[in-house]
Amino acid sequence: MPDLGLNVLFKGKNAARLLGGLWVALRISLISVVISIPLGILLGVLMSGKNPIVKAILWVYLEIIRIMPQMVLLFLVFFGTTRAWGWDLSGETASIIVFVLWGTAEMSDLVRGALISIPKHQYESSEALGLTKGQTYLYIIIPQTVRRLIPLSINLITRMIKTTSLVLMIGVVEVLKVAQQIIEANRMSSPNAAFGIYLVVFLLYFLACWPISLLASYLEKK
Amino acid sequence: MKKFTKVTAAALAATLSLSLAACGSSASTDAASTASADGAVYRTLDEIKADGTINIGVFSDKNPFGYVDENGEYQGYDIYFGNRLAEDLGVKVNYVSTEAANRIEYLQTGKVDVILANFTVTPERAEEVDFALPYMNVALGVVSPDSSVVTTLDNWNADDQMIVISGTTAETYLTQNYPDIPLQKYDSYATAKSALENGGVAWANDNTEVIAFAKQNPGYNVGIPSLGSQDTIAPAVSKGNETLLNAINDEIKALGEENFFHKDYEATLVDTYGTDYESSLVVEGGVTSAN
Repeated sequence: MPDLGLNVLFKGKNAARLLGGLWVALRISLISVVISIPLGILLGVLMSGKNPIVKAILWVYLEIIRIMPQMVLLFLVFFGTTRAWGWDLSGETASIIVFVLWGTAEMSDLVRGALISIPKHQYESSEALGLTKGQTYLYIIIPQTVRRLIPLSINLITRMIKTTSLVLMIGVVEVLKVAQQIIEANRMSSPNAAFGIYLVVFLLYFLACWPISLLASYLEKK
Repeated sequence: MKKFTKVTAAALAATLSLSLAACGSSASTDAASTASADGAVYRTLDEIKADGTINIGVFSDKNPFGYVDENGEYQGYDIYFGNRLAEDLGVKVNYVSTEAANRIEYLQTGKVDVILANFTVTPERAEEVDFALPYMNVALGVVSPDSSVVTTLDNWNADDQMIVISGTTAETYLTQNYPDIPLQKYDSYATAKSALENGGVAWANDNTEVIAFAKQNPGYNVGIPSLGSQDTIAPAVSKGNETLLNAINDEIKALGEENFFHKDYEATLVDTYGTDYESSLVVEGGVTSAN
């Protein structure tokens, strides 16, 4: 077996530091997910509503967030708020703000898509059966929407976890940055450590995202 | 419902004004200088002392200049100086991990007080930040195999190719000053390294890089240790932060009397570069030798 330089993981606190970095990445993404999914559902319902002004505003918001690379958003929120208003946000707070803005926008579009994909005859049939509007949503529309939403939102959540690798650009030391630090600190003694450490980082991301995918397939079967 | 619309609108307005603010600042340095006029951007020396902690932006993955060891402690040539600077100012030090691409932004927004991140002084950067006195030299160097050491770039054999990494100062310098030397360009350190090891004639890069390479790999020699313009590495502070700038300059001058940066070199860089290059790499007391 080729030397992957995995021995550097057992030097000092390196393994614990790597796990600490993973926790930083997961903390940022999970807090953002918890905030942005309900917000996204609300906005998505509003977007599929009838008020043209609300729809226009939400559309502009969605497009801005979707067009702008997450890196630009991170720089805008971290450095831009300081330049514009003198706010001194920490890197982690700035990251959560960006991920919430992004997650909410994408989630709202997913919800809108799922809602309008429910054919009109479902509404009409429920009405014909004498269900009230509330009953129609509770028993007919929402269960179908949720089923369509699960794979899409799981995809969004795993994407949010992986995108936390960008927050190192605003000084947040997460798992990838710790990995780079470990590789560089040992670049003389174990030049091959890059392979081993990145392999471990891959496994850590996998371990973080895999349970979420499992949960999704379980929920879909239900 | 209505309330929610307001929240959304507020979020949208915030996003828009952010984008506008960013457009303004990236177009010129006006935004930074306007902001510093009302004193909001940087902290003066007294403010730092009153707070008790100085924020220093460093690299956390550039061994041996600034890196984090296996116990999570910052180490390296820049850190050795940063620790001493904080000690002499009588404050604690908080190291912030920065990247090459965001060092200037950190100073312009006052998110760090000082950058000690292997920061090469250039005229373009000096318009954006204020550099203190230098503490290290940097130039280009050329490494080649012991069997035929390249000691000069004159009378270059047109059949030989010089290895460079794309986008480095070495590439720019050779293209401008030695257009007749054919270049063999690689994207990364690792590929350039294996090109030299597999029969390459010579490799031009930052002299610290080629010296470290020759030190680690027996059979290679730095035939040209210093090529092109001599640049320096210096601490940088936010534009206009004179009190802090003066304090750092005084510190560097005072440290020169005890040969501090030579000690720093011996503590942090000697394993990588050896003792041969100590006098050419270290700048003591902010005085660069004109050579």
